[in-house]
Amino acid sequence: MSMENALPISHRQRLWLYALGGLVMLFLIAPSVIIVIMSFSDSTLLEFPPQEWSLRWYESYFGSVEWRDATIVSVKVAVMTAIVATLLGTAAAYAINARTLRLTSAINALLTASLIIPVILIGIGTFFLYARIGLNNTLTGLVIAHTVQALPLVVLTVLSGLRSYDMNQEMVARSLGAGRFSAFFQVTMPQIRFSMVSGALFAFITSFDEVVVSLFISGGETTTLTRRMFNALRDQIDPTIAAISTCLIVLSIVLLSAAQLFGRGR
Amino acid sequence: MSIVSASLDHAGGPDGALNGDALNADARREARGLFALLSPGLFLVFAVIIVPIGWLFWLSLFDESGQLSAANYARFFEQASYIKTFVTTFKVAFIVTGACVLFGYPLAYMLSQLPRRAASICLIFVILPFWTSVLVRTYAWLVILQRKGLVNTWLMDLGVIGQPLPLANNFAGVVIGMTHIMLPFLVLPLYASMKTIDVDCLRAGMNLGASPAATFRQIFFPLSLPGLASGVVIVFVLCLGFFVTPALMGGGKVIMWAMRMEQTTSLYSNWGAGAALGVVLLAVTLALLGLFHWLLGARATGVWSRR
Repeated sequence: MSMENALPISHRQRLWLYALGGLVMLFLIAPSVIIVIMSFSDSTLLEFPPQEWSLRWYESYFGSVEWRDATIVSVKVAVMTAIVATLLGTAAAYAINARTLRLTSAINALLTASLIIPVILIGIGTFFLYARIGLNNTLTGLVIAHTVQALPLVVLTVLSGLRSYDMNQEMVARSLGAGRFSAFFQVTMPQIRFSMVSGALFAFITSFDEVVVSLFISGGETTTLTRRMFNALRDQIDPTIAAISTCLIVLSIVLLSAAQLFGRGR
Repeated sequence: MSIVSASLDHAGGPDGALNGDALNADARREARGLFALLSPGLFLVFAVIIVPIGWLFWLSLFDESGQLSAANYARFFEQASYIKTFVTTFKVAFIVTGACVLFGYPLAYMLSQLPRRAASICLIFVILPFWTSVLVRTYAWLVILQRKGLVNTWLMDLGVIGQPLPLANNFAGVVIGMTHIMLPFLVLPLYASMKTIDVDCLRAGMNLGASPAATFRQIFFPLSLPGLASGVVIVFVLCLGFFVTPALMGGGKVIMWAMRMEQTTSLYSNWGAGAALGVVLLAVTLALLGLFHWLLGARATGVWSRR
């Protein structure tokens, strides 16, 4: 590793590469930066750079009952999804990590199916199923659908935590008389709790940002923030959405940094 | 592990048969316990994903009068509007994947060559958009590309163009927005695979007199191809089923596969036709992933659910 980047090519010879890479990085980050700046504009025209600054779009966001209700629905669903997905995902990861079960590859394929199957098909399928069992436009329905989407992320995150943990410690605890559950909760869980928290944060943001499935299965009093945004964008470009977008970008940054921080601790 | 297995070996001594039964029973109990841990997650996935898709597949086999028929699939070849949808979808997928390779390869290459600290800072520029809502990024592009948006205003102020360019609510807008959303899906696996390329191979090439360009062309590039292929497959497959950006940036003129599915089911409540579209989309997706798996003997990694 200390030898990395030791090729006899100077940074000068690579200037063109840095310029090209820098441009692509600019392309990637510019839209978010522009939206954040525009959200503080005083104009309805979304000009850049703004001539006058104001917080009117934030007032319009927080002052609107509809936007506030949608935000509350999204937060509720995301919190519950994070809890349920972390519980189910950790249990599943523990079982997969033990590697004594047959059919492990089939189990993995099933658990990660939601990553491969086109999300539009999942949306239509879920709507179709929910229509028959009365779960459309309910919080429970949203939490279940989002949990399925978040589950693979939690399983993969917790699994990587378990892989770097020595399961013999739990064995020792059990051979010394600890029960199965107390061995897990007192010995194993404290050592994988950081990856569990990371998994929970990923699950939260997956649920909070989810659009396509929510478009089909949420509505009325359980309209999620993303669904309301999508519908608003179909009609016109409302600058209030710039303020909401800024809040979502900040949320992403906070959760991502937290996940990074927890991922590093251990 | 060693302590446990040593004690187990002892147990299987002269009276192993007796203990063997007890151990087998124990192992079965262990397996049942582990399966119980898995079952809630597996049940949810099975109930919410597998069952409805199977159901939709079943529906797609019947026409509107309830007769078993291939009518839902036959119309894909007969109706011009379906053919147009498929052509548009594949055109967008090819162009976006191409653009992602063009922009993503140099970025991934640069990241792989930078010292670790600089690379991890630059990586933020890839990961942050990756974790930012697709809706937020599509909205940003709508604002930037619209008639009186940032790009048109600046280009007109600079005198490059006299008339605003039609960039949003059309094919160009969809391609630009989707390229932005798909780029991290190509860069992340490509970067990960480039990091595993042994620098000694490159150094050996240069010691033997190869120029930097020849070293890249003859050693680095071929070694990076599996990672590139993995990214290309992921991006292409995600493009085929992508909904949000074409729905918002297409201005109603660019109808892609997923939008067609939404219209057929929500607008026209034609479940058989919508389901058939979904079945074919899933089949194409699985076929492409399977082909990739078969060709390279590797799984397409990093298909994260950020769509």
